[in-house]
Amino acid sequence: MSTLHTVNKSPFGDSAFNSCLAHCKPGDAVLLIEDGVYGAVAGSAVAANVEARAGDVSFYVLDGDTKARGLAAGKLIQQVKPVGYDGFVDLVAEHDRTQSWL
Amino acid sequence: MSEAKKFLYVNRKAPYGTIYALESLEVVLIGAAFEQDVSLAFLDDGVFQLTRDQNTDEIGVKNFSPTFRALGDYEVTKLFVEKESLEERGLEPSDLQEIMYEDEDDDWEEKPSIQIVSRSEMADIMSDQDVVLSF
Repeated sequence: MSTLHTVNKSPFGDSAFNSCLAHCKPGDAVLLIEDGVYGAVAGSAVAANVEARAGDVSFYVLDGDTKARGLAAGKLIQQVKPVGYDGFVDLVAEHDRTQSWL
Repeated sequence: MSEAKKFLYVNRKAPYGTIYALESLEVVLIGAAFEQDVSLAFLDDGVFQLTRDQNTDEIGVKNFSPTFRALGDYEVTKLFVEKESLEERGLEPSDLQEIMYEDEDDDWEEKPSIQIVSRSEMADIMSDQDVVLSF
């Protein structure tokens, strides 16, 4: 049993992303979408929180949202995998439930 | 409808700055008609929704906090409040309003609906659901 978590807010000034990280379980996946993709930028104040969970949680970003914001693949935390809308659908189907951190 | 599904309504927003908290409560009340196994989670700023003595006279919006006390009549009796979220905001369980329900399986004894749980217990509750609706 596992959960797909989606986060659509920037982690700077909103607690959604950090709260998500504090509640997700080993085997879960976190998909960053919309302004949530800023949480995937390497070297930021929250990057260490992502890297600390990357061993037991899978991280993804929605590719179109990173491109829209000028975040090249080289700027992202290494363990974060870009997916397209088709990958988003696959993630929803692969997990037992989806939890949106609004 | 076959077996009841486990629904969790996750509340992470303070009550009056946005419409989320009120809308969540409206959806819970509508959803209660469908006889599912409903729980509510209050964490992060969502814990502010349950503080006692709310008075909205001067801000021109409805004080919906008393409505939480009606949830028991709709068999919504599990309100989980995260302990760490309370502590981070300088709140104690005694700062929350009392919400009771009558337990039909126990001679209609009055019992508290609010249960204070740790962050890791909250994570367990979340991972135990069929459907999670976030507000």
